Amino acid sequence: MRMKTAQILMECLLEQGVDTVFGYPGGTILNVYDELELHGYKDKIRHILTAHEQGASHAADGYARSTGKVGVCFATSGPGATNLTTGIATAYYDSSPVVFITCNVSENLIGKDSFQEVDITGISMPITKCNYLVKDPGELADVIREAFAIARSGRPGPVLIDIAKNVTAEEAGYEFLPLEQHASQGRLGAMLRRASHDLKAPEPDAGDIRTLLDLIEESKMPLVLVGGGVIRSKGAVPAFRKFVETLNAPVASTIMGGGALPGNHPLFTGMIGMHGSHASNYAVDQCDLLIAIGCRFSDRVATNPATFARGAKIVHIDIDRAEIDKNVRTHHHIIGDARRVLELLNEALPAHDYPTWKEWVFSHPEVPLKKDGILHPHEILETVQAVTGGDAVIVTDVGQHQMWCAQYYHFSRPGQFITSGGFGTMGFGLGAAMGAAVGNPGKVVVHCTGDGCFRMNCHELCTESHYGIPVITVIFNNQTLGMVRQWQNLIYQKRFSQTDLDFGPDFVKLAEAYGIAGARAATQPEFEAAFRRAVESGKSCVIECAIDKDAMVHPMVSAGTPVTDFILD
Amino acid sequence: MNDRSAVTRHTLSVLVENAAGVLSQVSRLFSRKGYNIESLAVGTTDDPEISRITIEVLCDAPMIEQIMNQLRKQFPVYSVQELLPERSIRRELVMFKVKAETPDIRNEVIQIANIFRASIIDVSLKSLTLALIGDESKADAMQKLLEAFGILELVRTGMVALERGAYTIGDETKEKAEFNLGKNVL
Repeated sequence: MRMKTAQILMECLLEQGVDTVFGYPGGTILNVYDELELHGYKDKIRHILTAHEQGASHAADGYARSTGKVGVCFATSGPGATNLTTGIATAYYDSSPVVFITCNVSENLIGKDSFQEVDITGISMPITKCNYLVKDPGELADVIREAFAIARSGRPGPVLIDIAKNVTAEEAGYEFLPLEQHASQGRLGAMLRRASHDLKAPEPDAGDIRTLLDLIEESKMPLVLVGGGVIRSKGAVPAFRKFVETLNAPVASTIMGGGALPGNHPLFTGMIGMHGSHASNYAVDQCDLLIAIGCRFSDRVATNPATFARGAKIVHIDIDRAEIDKNVRTHHHIIGDARRVLELLNEALPAHDYPTWKEWVFSHPEVPLKKDGILHPHEILETVQAVTGGDAVIVTDVGQHQMWCAQYYHFSRPGQFITSGGFGTMGFGLGAAMGAAVGNPGKVVVHCTGDGCFRMNCHELCTESHYGIPVITVIFNNQTLGMVRQWQNLIYQKRFSQTDLDFGPDFVKLAEAYGIAGARAATQPEFEAAFRRAVESGKSCVIECAIDKDAMVHPMVSAGTPVTDFILD
Repeated sequence: MNDRSAVTRHTLSVLVENAAGVLSQVSRLFSRKGYNIESLAVGTTDDPEISRITIEVLCDAPMIEQIMNQLRKQFPVYSVQELLPERSIRRELVMFKVKAETPDIRNEVIQIANIFRASIIDVSLKSLTLALIGDESKADAMQKLLEAFGILELVRTGMVALERGAYTIGDETKEKAEFNLGKNVL
């Protein structure tokens, strides 16, 4: 059937089961937006118009992370496309599957520095799994099928499709192709055949699995380190929990691994690394076998790669071969999808126990929590946990509040903790929280943020208000850029250069200006009352919590030093 | 200093999709790590849809491994292989435009060309252009000799290389399977 390419785009999104798109229109993408009205695609695909393209990019990312589906984001050429870049990079560093669709100027204007023209495929090359510039109408359907397959396959990640405007107005043939047949037809089929692969993921090497099982038998002090790979691998979490419970060894987590094991699980030692728990950091220092699953030993985890797990044989399980030996030298690796590797391990792993080792690991006292009448960060999170029964989806921005969330909230399922762990994008939270709320109707979505982060993209409150997206924003307001101030406090002799934010705005009034309820809290009971009201209302709310300007994230290890050299206990 | 951290010349052979943007995607991985490409040669293979890129770079062993790992992750990259000097043949084509304004000088340059088995590909009353195929030691030796006459212009194609024997870059290895797993699982 012949139809306009813009319509083919809509049909291809429907093939993929897309029902939600976040975006912002503009001159070059007009034909695509016109299809939403002209042929009524807006009834099948819900378009959410954000205040800024960056908000749309984070929303599509938050939607993808919280649902496990591929997020979709539209933007126009030039500034519309460049406004996506922070969002693309954020998705890339945390392996989140998002397809970004931009339109460029018409082919006859490309390369002439035309109005709103930019080489977005060039710009996004280092921050996408792959990208496309479509100049042939007949190619579009194939490109979209390939893009979605790449975004969600292997190690997931963002893909960008840039379409020349004239292409969207031209006609081409289109035949519906069910999703199951995409990998055997067209470009995608050709690509897979070239790589000499069939559809099923190749099995992890049996010898590699055997080697790990042998290493486990030799080990007396094993530690499991779980990363975001276990969260991204569909269905891996039950296999992971079975594995660690059979192994019965302590389990530490990276920030992206939050939710793989319930936060209150007796084997869970907490987060590892720069703000890792004492138990996690001492355990990794002393263990004789480190089984790292789906993590990449970033500088925030292996603060000093040379001394990280210094006494241990490191076994790295990952789907991405390029991660092996990138940041730390490993002893052994298994390449494969986390779920499949864990299932194979579970088939052969006998039950173990390491009582002495576990006793030692859990003997390290953690930081005592203050309760003295003023509102402390951990009390905010304990209240959120108690009021929602631990079921809320927590979305954060970046900084101290992010670390407090990772430390004090007990996540119990994948997709429950949404945070910019790799790229560290301030301003990520509100957009991502909207995406999570849209993708998880009925779930309470709590956006934890700092006053600095919130100011970056708070304009998305108008999107929330307009579409009635129920996000509860909790601002940890210390009137400063808390994490930077913490470094200034500890490392820069208290020279607080450009980190004071004690000049507003009034966040309650700001929320009200957008038609959203606002509240203020300075004590735990005040916060609990305000938070309860917000949850019961089922609507958006902004709660500003006054916290101490010099509250710090404990423990802390300096960048570049061994994980046991705590400068703050 | 152990062997792994010694900076040496590494020759990579890369099979890629013959498409726009692929070369910059490949070269970006070198510049990102701060390495300057010493030599680069690109051309199509027996399959017109596939190009072969030969890259030479000076770096240490861990770095070349990382760059190769990153290369293998790129979708348009089908295969990456390091060609070890003792197990491969490397050649480049160098063209020299040499000042030769008298018959005597022309004769002398032609003699040098014959000794090096270079060919004369252009001649004028004021110059001779020579084409030489070889590795860098041969090209360097000829360059030194010709400098005496005055080299007007010099151009190199960049090294191309192949592994000795019947083994080819397309052969399946466990490592190749591991990379494809990370790349193409559906």
